[in-house]
Amino acid sequence: MELKILNIGILTWLTFLPVLGMIIVLLLPKEQKSAIRWTSLFSTLVQVIFAFLLFAKFDRSLGGVNSAATMQFNELFNWINIKSSSWFGIIKIDYYLGVDGISMPMVFLTAIISCIAVISSWNIEKSIKGYFALLLLLDTGMMGVFVSLDFFLFYIFWEVMLLPMYFLIGVWGGPRREYAAIKFFLYTLLGSVLLLLAMLALYFSVSVIDPVTGTKIHTFNMIAMMNPANFDAGSLLAGASTYWRYVAYVAIFIGFAIKVPIFPFHTWLPDAHVEAPTAISVILAGVLLKMGTYGLMRVAFPIFPDAAMYFLYPLAFLGFVNIIYGAFCAMAQKDFKKLIAYSSVSHMGIVILGMAAMNTQGMVGAMLQMFNHGTITAMLFLIVGVIYDRAHTRGLDDFGGLMNKMPGYSGVMVIAFFAAIGLPGLSGFISEAFSFLGAFQTFRWLTIASAFGIVLTAGYMLWTLQRVFLGTLPEKWNGLTDINARELTMLVPLAIIVIALGVYPNLMLDVMNTSANTLVDFVKGSVGLAVGN
Amino acid sequence: MTPHLIIALAVLLLPLVSFIFLIFFGKRLTKISGHIGTTFLGIDLLLAIYLFFAKLYDTAASWDFTFSWIDFHTTLNNIPLKLDIGIMVDNLTAAMLVVVTTVSALVHLFSLAYMKDDVRYSRYYSFLGLFTFSMLGIVLTNNYFMMYAFWELVGVSSYLLIGHWYEKKSAADAGKKAFIVNRVGDFGFLVGIMIVWMQFSTTTFSGIFGAIGGGKIPFGSDTWLTIAGLLIFCGAVGKSAQFPLHVWLPDAMEGPTPVSALIHAATMVAAGVYLVARTFPILTADALVIIAYTGAITAFIAATIAIVQNDIKKILAYSTISQLGYMVMGLGVGAFTSGVFHLVTHAAFKAGLFLGSGSVIYAMHNALHHVNDHHTDAQDVRSMGGLKKKMPITFWTMLMFTLAISGVPLTSGFLSKDEILAGTLSFAHFTGHSAIPFIGFFVAGLTAFYMFRMLILTFFGDHHDAHRAEHLHESPWVMTVPLIVFAVLSFFAWYSFNPIGAKDGWFYAKITTPHVVVPEHIAATPTEEFLEEVHHQHNLTMLISVGVAGFGILMAFVIYYWKKISADALEKALKSVHTFLYRKWYFDELYDATVVAGTIGLAKVLAWFDAKIIDGIVNGAGSITKITSVISGKFDTYVVDGLVNFTAYFAGLFGLIFRKIQTGKVQTYILFAVVGMMVFVVLFGM
Amino acid sequence: MEITLTHFLLISAVLFSLGVFAVITRRNAIMVLMGIELILNSANINFLAFSRYGGMNIEGQMAAIFVIILAAAEAAVALAIVLNIYKRFNTVNVDEISILKD
Repeated sequence: MELKILNIGILTWLTFLPVLGMIIVLLLPKEQKSAIRWTSLFSTLVQVIFAFLLFAKFDRSLGGVNSAATMQFNELFNWINIKSSSWFGIIKIDYYLGVDGISMPMVFLTAIISCIAVISSWNIEKSIKGYFALLLLLDTGMMGVFVSLDFFLFYIFWEVMLLPMYFLIGVWGGPRREYAAIKFFLYTLLGSVLLLLAMLALYFSVSVIDPVTGTKIHTFNMIAMMNPANFDAGSLLAGASTYWRYVAYVAIFIGFAIKVPIFPFHTWLPDAHVEAPTAISVILAGVLLKMGTYGLMRVAFPIFPDAAMYFLYPLAFLGFVNIIYGAFCAMAQKDFKKLIAYSSVSHMGIVILGMAAMNTQGMVGAMLQMFNHGTITAMLFLIVGVIYDRAHTRGLDDFGGLMNKMPGYSGVMVIAFFAAIGLPGLSGFISEAFSFLGAFQTFRWLTIASAFGIVLTAGYMLWTLQRVFLGTLPEKWNGLTDINARELTMLVPLAIIVIALGVYPNLMLDVMNTSANTLVDFVKGSVGLAVGN
Repeated sequence: MTPHLIIALAVLLLPLVSFIFLIFFGKRLTKISGHIGTTFLGIDLLLAIYLFFAKLYDTAASWDFTFSWIDFHTTLNNIPLKLDIGIMVDNLTAAMLVVVTTVSALVHLFSLAYMKDDVRYSRYYSFLGLFTFSMLGIVLTNNYFMMYAFWELVGVSSYLLIGHWYEKKSAADAGKKAFIVNRVGDFGFLVGIMIVWMQFSTTTFSGIFGAIGGGKIPFGSDTWLTIAGLLIFCGAVGKSAQFPLHVWLPDAMEGPTPVSALIHAATMVAAGVYLVARTFPILTADALVIIAYTGAITAFIAATIAIVQNDIKKILAYSTISQLGYMVMGLGVGAFTSGVFHLVTHAAFKAGLFLGSGSVIYAMHNALHHVNDHHTDAQDVRSMGGLKKKMPITFWTMLMFTLAISGVPLTSGFLSKDEILAGTLSFAHFTGHSAIPFIGFFVAGLTAFYMFRMLILTFFGDHHDAHRAEHLHESPWVMTVPLIVFAVLSFFAWYSFNPIGAKDGWFYAKITTPHVVVPEHIAATPTEEFLEEVHHQHNLTMLISVGVAGFGILMAFVIYYWKKISADALEKALKSVHTFLYRKWYFDELYDATVVAGTIGLAKVLAWFDAKIIDGIVNGAGSITKITSVISGKFDTYVVDGLVNFTAYFAGLFGLIFRKIQTGKVQTYILFAVVGMMVFVVLFGM
Repeated sequence: MEITLTHFLLISAVLFSLGVFAVITRRNAIMVLMGIELILNSANINFLAFSRYGGMNIEGQMAAIFVIILAAAEAAVALAIVLNIYKRFNTVNVDEISILKD
């Protein structure tokens, strides 16, 4: 499956459109504020259109995951080729893009969330040029992570996304922005280092036959890494269920776990969310967190199936801790944004639990939950942003009775809140239910304990809803105005997605299903196979 | 697409259309939105009635329509893993459809007057539509998964309607409480569904029953079958307000009274009973015993509390819980048809009671408004009295409902209650659990007593305040018509032409105990034997039940009408008992002190743990890094750099010394050179 | 007594030492120059001596002539400098002419 526009592959377009926008933004004089905004919006809008195109053309019957042949919209060029006479021989790094059912929904989500983030950044006034340039660069980094199939490329995009995020929080954030930005940056960097080490270990353990020269060379190709036959005999990561394979898996896992974030690596999240401007919170919750779980599905599981199976129970246990612990922590928060940040921890726990189930329902549930959490939490953060723009406070106890004052706003809010609670008919329900149903087949008691999270979620969500929206309106908020057209523009599309996927989840499910099956079968099937000989 | 399917879908979707239409356009339509909603429900009711008759005269056991919804393209237990949704109409469903749409349509009608001045009139009607849709969904579905979905939707619409007047903190609290308590039950329900889906790869009723009937038991263990049944029953415990999750229902009375009639009396709370009825074929004997006791305990606790309440709606709320306990008990003892029958008859007279109380509250409210009294509680029975003359239609209909719920002959309630009680006797005969019938009869007496207490306090005697009494009027026709309809429906003849034998009616002929698929050694008493015994107990039951009901009614009249025994004196004599009952057995206090406080406390502890310990470790790691960097900075400045500087200093020192010999005089240099050369010559030349 | 290379070398060494002594001790620039002439001439004696006894033959004599020419040129230039110094500073004492030192 190939799709080219102006002879350039659609994935390249999707990835580098924002960079194009960024260059134009940088060339514009900084007084041209509206031109900068519209350029950013335009580039992300085109990205959304391309994402829809990709979605439409995507072949639902192809599995992908570990088979290069069933990856779609592939683009493979030799990018870096160092012919060195030294001991490590030839370094070949490919520009290798492609999507399957795991990444396709994420690409779609990234495009939509980025576009919405641009709209929600409309009222940014502080050095607007730099802001939008960084935002677009961030967009490219995120998109790149989801489409690259070369580990090195993946890693580059992973880092590319880190820096703009640091500045966006550190410059445009709230009062404690420097603290939050540095915490975010260092934490993620710690993960990156572990990832880098594991990547290098893999690189030196895997080799394939170079089609040009016919000799065996090391490779960063992820799909090649998934094939046990490609591991050199006697190399560090050869064999199955060896000590070093477990170590490498844990290193990769921690690298991704920090991003998810999985307990106990989650504390950067509340701080980053509280300090970040609304649009950045939206991206952070909407897309960035998914990179962790995406990484586990794309990298950790298929490359280390033996270790993945070995560590399945601890993974599920961490999912359980995330769900319950996140929910309890959310319940005790007084800051609206912090509450949603902890609810993210809780909801991402469901993703972890679902994928740890290692069966179709669980995996599909986890993948769908990734997408749904992206849209629902984005909505929630936008909702906080709307009220924060007006009242300049996020204290839950400062509000009350907004339902009467802001009916339109409350309407969207009700959808988002109930989607987060997991109301049937809204998207969160299906993914949570499938994750639990799947997990139950693998971990009976753990899932029962985790499922209790749905009660806690209802508890803190409804409590919040009551404190902010119900009751009587305090005098001081008499001047609040209802949601405006721009804010509706960003919330309504998300609400439509939430409802559409709630009523007819097949829209997304059939994209994911084949890949989820492939992944599960591959991981389960690999266990017990001898690797590296 | 058969015509029946289309009609069933239409019945299901019409209220949804009403909801969507009103939520978007209701604001602009203002008062017309009520009429639109009512019209939708009227049509819905007609379609439901058509479907009811069509089904009853059809020979097929059920109409089952299954659609493939999600296909996972894989297998589980070697069965293709799919999630099918579908609609199933059997006689039970058909009866439930009529119950739900009737009550809903009449409540819609009633609300036209009752809610006419409400600020969120259209919103109210749209949510009524949403509720009706969800409730019909529960009834029409053919699988547990969809049932769970609609189950939750019902919970949400209940939440929204209880909190209709959300400016009042108590209303907002009540809505929240209802939703969360229900969620606790739903949690069990969900786990139950997970077990059956995992074990049978399907969630359809027929699929599961077929698998168990075929000898497949969850995890191959009889205990797990019991547990699975009880977990599904958990959903019913939450929704039908069974002990220990009954605490939300009285609070839910904060919602508008028609909502209480629709949701918290007739339909939604009956969904739990419906769920038990649907699950009946897979309930083991052990599970049924637990269900029977749950129902009995609930019926007893609620009845005792209802005796001492003063709020007219609270009395009705506890009587609802008590009657729901009755139904659950009925199903638990194995009297399937009787339990369901009581659900149907109860729906009519309880909805009527609530609407009647709504009519009373409406009149009281208007009268209080006229005399500018804003302190008196319009719902307190102690400030009522004498309404019989002022509101004749309301009184006579209310009398009919009260007779029905008390189980007086010639009413529908008599028929259904008797059958349940006969069932409990039969149950006691087979299993030896004689506490169940004992509680059953005792509660029957209590019910008659407290219902007549309410009726006497409200309608008999003279009004509490003569001035206010002048402003009391009968409610408008949109409110009285539903009352009359329900009153008529509370008459025995609708269900059976034999006033003392429900078994002769169509209900028992058409809605029969489903085929139990549980393996024989863990199943309850076979249906035939059980019903045979019920038949034997029938006359005895009738005697006792009429006796206790009569005694209850008599006591109510003795205490509250003839005042032979002073209620106040009785209250004083039994002060501690009275307080205990008045405080609702301290359930709320208990839960607040344990579960709620525990949860919030744990939340605070964990948040503290998160902020101080986990984040403390992170920040600590940061601080340690920082301290290390400071130390290494000092080391760098003083030791490493010190060494470098020392070298430089040393060089400088020597420079100072050697500088002395740099005189700038060539002669000196030459002298050095010569001396140096001589030294070398002496050193090396020799 | 036969005159050998040693005698020449001894004379030359004495002459060299006297020259060095003059260069080091004298403050008068003219005297320093004369010391240098002595050093150069001591070298000349050595060249000639090696030319006669050491087998340097004609090369020794050539070098000597070369040195004489060089000494003449050097003397001319140096004396010119000394004259100029004298004109400027009114002295030829090398200790006082320390303007280049700083």
